[in-house]
Amino acid sequence: MLDNLQLFVDAPFLLIQVLLDGILFGAIFAIAAYGMALVWGVMNVINIVQGEFVMLGGFITFQLTLWGIHPLFGIPVAAAVLFVIGIGLYYGVIRRVVDKDMFISLLATFGLSILLQQLMNQIWGGDVRTAQSGLGTWFLFDYTVTIGQIKVVACAGALILGLILILFLKKSRLGQAIRATAQNPRAARVLGINTDKVFAATYGINAALCGAAGALVVMAYSVHPYIGLPYTVRSFMIVIVAGLGNLPGVILAGLGLGAAENFAAFILGAQFQVAFVFCLLVVILVVRNTLLRHKRKYLK
Amino acid sequence: MNGRGQIILGIVIVAAALAAPLVFPAFRAQIAMLWIMVLFALTWDILGGQTGYNTFGNIIFFGTGMYAAAVFQRDGGFDYFPGLFIGMGLGAVISVVLAAVLGSMILRMRGHYFAIATLGLGIAAGEIASGWNFIGAGSGMSPPLFPGAPGVSYIFFGYLFFGLALITFLILAWVYRTRFGLALNAIRDNEDKAEAMGLKTDTYKIAAWMLAALFLGLCGGAAGNMLGFIDPRDTAFAGATFGVWMVLMAILGGKGTLWGPVLGAFVFHVTQEILWTHLLGWQRVALGLIIVGIVVFFPQGILGWARTRWPERFGHRVETP
Amino acid sequence: MTEQLVITGVSKRFGGIVANESISLSVPQGSITGMIGPNGSGKTTLFNSIVGHHPVDGGSITFEGREITRLRVPQIARLGMIRTFQQTRIFGKMTCMQNMAISDADHGYGLAALLKPISGETRDRSEALLDFCGLHSKRHLLAGDLSFGQQKLLEFAMALMIRPRMLLLDEPTAGINPTLINGLIERLIRVNQDLGITLFVIEHNMRVIMNLAENIHCLAYGKLLASGTPDDIRNDERVIDAYLGGH
Repeated sequence: MLDNLQLFVDAPFLLIQVLLDGILFGAIFAIAAYGMALVWGVMNVINIVQGEFVMLGGFITFQLTLWGIHPLFGIPVAAAVLFVIGIGLYYGVIRRVVDKDMFISLLATFGLSILLQQLMNQIWGGDVRTAQSGLGTWFLFDYTVTIGQIKVVACAGALILGLILILFLKKSRLGQAIRATAQNPRAARVLGINTDKVFAATYGINAALCGAAGALVVMAYSVHPYIGLPYTVRSFMIVIVAGLGNLPGVILAGLGLGAAENFAAFILGAQFQVAFVFCLLVVILVVRNTLLRHKRKYLK
Repeated sequence: MNGRGQIILGIVIVAAALAAPLVFPAFRAQIAMLWIMVLFALTWDILGGQTGYNTFGNIIFFGTGMYAAAVFQRDGGFDYFPGLFIGMGLGAVISVVLAAVLGSMILRMRGHYFAIATLGLGIAAGEIASGWNFIGAGSGMSPPLFPGAPGVSYIFFGYLFFGLALITFLILAWVYRTRFGLALNAIRDNEDKAEAMGLKTDTYKIAAWMLAALFLGLCGGAAGNMLGFIDPRDTAFAGATFGVWMVLMAILGGKGTLWGPVLGAFVFHVTQEILWTHLLGWQRVALGLIIVGIVVFFPQGILGWARTRWPERFGHRVETP
Repeated sequence: MTEQLVITGVSKRFGGIVANESISLSVPQGSITGMIGPNGSGKTTLFNSIVGHHPVDGGSITFEGREITRLRVPQIARLGMIRTFQQTRIFGKMTCMQNMAISDADHGYGLAALLKPISGETRDRSEALLDFCGLHSKRHLLAGDLSFGQQKLLEFAMALMIRPRMLLLDEPTAGINPTLINGLIERLIRVNQDLGITLFVIEHNMRVIMNLAENIHCLAYGKLLASGTPDDIRNDERVIDAYLGGH
């Protein structure tokens, strides 16, 4: 562990490498987190199946490459397929738990996450999959820092998706209905908004967003049926740190998390990266709770 | 069910449990697993059902007990049985301490934040175990072989787990009748009110979790020996199977009741054993479907449903003078 | 008569809104004291300040000569001052008897004390108090299955179970079937006379409070407007103005 730290002193460019990789990775977390915040804010459901949506988007893109289609087309295709799946899951499952106790919806989406994991495992098997984009690598600082071009494309793609979503929520009628429902579902219903449809659309849009993110993940990194949960937990952490409905905050928290995780993996060893993510989750929750308690404290 | 009915039912179950491994020698392993399942559901329900603090992380105490016993058996230099029992005790002690430490950190959170924190802890434990060389890292550990003829181990462990499950059940039956049990229910129904009345809610929640950790730690220590192999993610900290089954069995039977988790464990385990072999690799897909199905369509559980259907049978009746 | 609860210059602001502005009043030992005022005049805020629900911005509160301004809800509850809520707070999935048993504070709330079985004495007292509140026949029902009015009575019985020396009741008659109100008033008076518990009551129903209370404080716009006997209050020009909106 200390040897790894020593490396930073010996080769300072390594710092830039790790930081850059982390930030590029973090942009994808941000996009999944924004979808989670949307569902949480509008429907009051914490969507544990978030990470599996991302993985499914990745596998769909992988399947396209098997058929000889360039993975970039995977972005719209995965988004479209996931949108349909999201709507289907809403009407089949989520709709029945949306107004129940939050733990019920938590458990229901957890069940969905196990279901999707196992389905993906049955269809594509338990191997780690990637989709070759055919893009090259940039070398900086005398070949000491390397950047996969596809990672930059993925990062940019994630940010563009975020922008599209923002514009959609601000400008379109459906987007306005979603925002109205988020503020006050009952008032929205009184004003004639069909909140059931709004919920379905919200859930579908979130799934589509995750699907597109998954296409970026499979191109720039890799997918596997069982690594969805870390994406869910990352999204959750980002939402807790940034708050609901705060896109700049979500992006910043996403990039920060990506960087922190990459440094942790480098220093502790890659086998502890996932453990770090989950421990960080617990730490963030404990800190958040302590801060809230402090606020409530009686007379200083 | 009245007191006498419960006692008769109890005697029937104890008699059946004692006879089962002898009558059905082919199913000894499944019978032993059944009692582990009952232990899972009963201990989950202490916090999840009675107190309303749903956890995904109780599996850490099971895994901790499993590893602690195996490490003690490996390094302690005792014979098999003393090693096993001291190891189980050690596992239980470590689990209880862990529950106290983790509980004082995260049991002050409310509701779903607590649930997600426990989810994180459960997975983090599995990941840490699979990276830690002292306990075999990703390749796991093998507890010492059971001395004696093959097949005898399942009789021994079957009765051991049954005894453990019975003790757990009796202790919980007693605890739920005390005001401590009522205090847990009060936290579930309205924690603010309970706190305002002067109940020391944080203390009770932590104590409840420690109680669950005690039995899970003991159970884990023996379970590792019975299974013969400890895998960090698939047996010890098996969040996606054991960890979820705990929740599911308690909910299926009726959470927040004494008999519900027992009933849920029976129904779940028997169904699973019957269906499993016919599903050829699709078992876990089916599990996902079962979870969603139960949560969406049957969240009140068997006893919860019976209670709303026949409230008088559960003593909720108006007395006419 | 000694003053059991003394409030001196208590102020409470929420952001820029002044909910209570240097209110001073006292509640004599063994009395039934009322508090009235139009909606939003700061009555519930004052209750919350007294029982330690939130910090106050200024002033002091003493209970039986003891400074309680900085204590929190549970500590104040243990001193013997209990409040009930406008919206009832009971344990819905527990039976009435269980609700009563957990409210029994005689043995303290330590872990060891809680692990003893429920005593026959607790059970007898629970039954007696439920009987007093007219809930005896329903004692084995789940509290959540009772009607709103019955839940209010249960909450009242639970408060009595704690053996309080002072009860702060926030609109005890709100939402209760009018035919039950007389019975409730009777019970309040009996609690006060037989058990010697001081009652401090917020009430909107003028008929109720005028018949019940010996002295009444009237709040308006976060300030104490008037104090006195029911007759004084009834004839006070400022009170009439406040209620008729002539401000």
